[in-house]
Amino acid sequence: MIRKLTLTALAALALSLGTVQAQEEHEVHIEDFAFSFEGPFGSYDRNQLQRGLQVYTEVCSTCHGLKFVPIRALSDEGGPEIPEDQVRAYAAAFAVLDEEANPQLYDTEKDAYRALLPSDHFPLNNSQGAPDLSMMAKARKGFSGPMGLGINQIFKGIGGPEYIASLLTGYSGESKEEAGNTFYANRTFSTGWIRMPAPLTDGQVTFADGSPNDVVSMSKDVAAFLMWTAEPKLMQRKESGLLAVLFLVLLSVLLYLTNKRLWAPHKGKASHPAE
Amino acid sequence: MAGIPHDHYEPKSGFEKWLAHRLPVVSLLYDTLFIPTPKNLNWMWIWGIVLAFCLVLQIATGIVLAMHYTPQVDLAFASVEHIMRDVNGGYMLRYLHGNGASLFFLAVYLHIFRGLYYGSYKSPREVTWIIGMLIYLLMMATGFMGYVLPWGQMSFWGATVITGLFGAIPGIGEPIQTLLLGGPAVDNATLNRFFSLHYLLPFVLAGLVIVHIWAFHTTGNNNPAGVEVRRTSKAEADRDTLPFWPYFVIKDLFALTVVLIVFFAIVGFMPNYLGDPDNYIQANPMSTPPHIVPEWYFLPFYAILRAFTGDVWVVQLVQFVTFGIVDAKFFGVLAMFGAIGVMALVPWLDTSSVRSGKYRPMFKWWFALLCFDFVVLTWVGSQVPTEFTSWISLLAATYWFAYFLIILPLLGVIERPLPQPATIEDDFKAHYPSAPAE
Repeated sequence: MIRKLTLTALAALALSLGTVQAQEEHEVHIEDFAFSFEGPFGSYDRNQLQRGLQVYTEVCSTCHGLKFVPIRALSDEGGPEIPEDQVRAYAAAFAVLDEEANPQLYDTEKDAYRALLPSDHFPLNNSQGAPDLSMMAKARKGFSGPMGLGINQIFKGIGGPEYIASLLTGYSGESKEEAGNTFYANRTFSTGWIRMPAPLTDGQVTFADGSPNDVVSMSKDVAAFLMWTAEPKLMQRKESGLLAVLFLVLLSVLLYLTNKRLWAPHKGKASHPAE
Repeated sequence: MAGIPHDHYEPKSGFEKWLAHRLPVVSLLYDTLFIPTPKNLNWMWIWGIVLAFCLVLQIATGIVLAMHYTPQVDLAFASVEHIMRDVNGGYMLRYLHGNGASLFFLAVYLHIFRGLYYGSYKSPREVTWIIGMLIYLLMMATGFMGYVLPWGQMSFWGATVITGLFGAIPGIGEPIQTLLLGGPAVDNATLNRFFSLHYLLPFVLAGLVIVHIWAFHTTGNNNPAGVEVRRTSKAEADRDTLPFWPYFVIKDLFALTVVLIVFFAIVGFMPNYLGDPDNYIQANPMSTPPHIVPEWYFLPFYAILRAFTGDVWVVQLVQFVTFGIVDAKFFGVLAMFGAIGVMALVPWLDTSSVRSGKYRPMFKWWFALLCFDFVVLTWVGSQVPTEFTSWISLLAATYWFAYFLIILPLLGVIERPLPQPATIEDDFKAHYPSAPAE
């Protein structure tokens, strides 16, 4: 009876896997890009974050805001680590494209919108109806298999940055008109058709240090930058985690030995093997 | 405290005697800390300490989080990001609190299943069991309300779905739902009352935990052999037990540190693994996520809720018999609460006189299947419903009820138990043949 039930359950599990896959009209493709911040010891690549910031500033910021990210954080440890004077200059030069969405920047005395300060957040940008990107790298998951158990996330990561980089490199070039809107074919987007036209082209952004500026490299750079905007304390968190784990390992060894010695006389085992 | 004979606290100095006459608090602490504990307890008896740790962790981190959190629909999401970015160590506090809830539920499930296997619910420990079930229900309420506070998409839509369940109760359902929400839909009033209750309930939990401990300190701990500590004399009791301090405190602390190694590895290295990415999107009443799933610890009962659809003949029969008062939705709600209800009633459903599952050859297999069933329910609760997952959840939900309502009552009659050790001392000696007589 039990055997039969188990077998039925296993068969049903196997079958259901098939149905779940068949049910999705469009198979979402997410490339498992390698990032420097993956794994327990991974850390952000400062140069990559700076390149990603440049891509965001020159391309993405036209439509997307980063409303939860303070500009001052750009000089924080474990981030792009841009010197404070440069951050001030960066803030002042940042183009606020959607003034209406940022009433806090309106100076009533001068009757004009003021320039950004490092203490301001990156401005909102609702002009094109594009989503805010502050937490995008944590708001999308990449890998949920096998069978919806999510086990592969242990090895590949939750997959938010992979999702972003895959989306940016996932355009096929096709497009279609629907209800007056243009949709572009994208193998990573949930429905397969996205409103955003392919934002990056090879060589679009020129990096000061001559780093590669093909679409794939730029996509990875901006995905890494958006992981930082979503999780600015990633490196501190991993350090604390490692410290806690090492401390607990030591403590557990001491407690194990204490426990063994404590119980030994009651279990009839010698507590001092040498004696 | 009544129960197993043991040494009592004797006030010695003048001040101790003075205090003992007025408030016997030292005596209470002494009796609690040195309580005679069966010396054959195995490693499944460590989850109580893990649970106590979780409650303290959640209250401590929660109090600090509440100092920086704003329960207002336009500000809540941003205040959580403020905690993550600007508050000193805030990211750690929040990840500890969020993952702490997962550890809390993992520990409570292992604690409950340990009790189910070793018959910890049986006479004279029914009250301990019932208090435990109340603690579990309250934990679920607290966990659910806490998940609403970050005001992400899954917070909002989870709250909408779960409070909607109460709306399914005929007649009184809608007033209850309105009372829970503070209005016609999930909104600012809901967030405010959930915040208030999320802060209050853990202290009610702490009170119930004290009653839980009081109850089993009165009856004495159950143990893997399921035979009681001998109580005729202190000398006999001493051969079955060891004092809680230091023997079990050190053992439990060792186990706790091992559990915490895994916990801190998750918090430090993959803190969002158990969370839903949708909750990093601010709540938007205009946009429903394609797949609303509760946190993993609610999934088994969520699966039972979804298992009984209108296609199931039992549901149709009940609907017909009750003239439509119990429709499919209400049936699902009854099944979900009933699944916890039958578990709470297990002291009276299990007819076997043998306490420990170790000596019940047939029970063992049905219990193993129940554990597997629980895992299947957890998995199926997370899936998008298809014809096959509906079928599995129906099968798994049916087994859950069958175990408590049919199998346990029958097993007590038809099963022939194995011989049990006469005393705890004998059981301990069987494991450690060279153990000295004490």
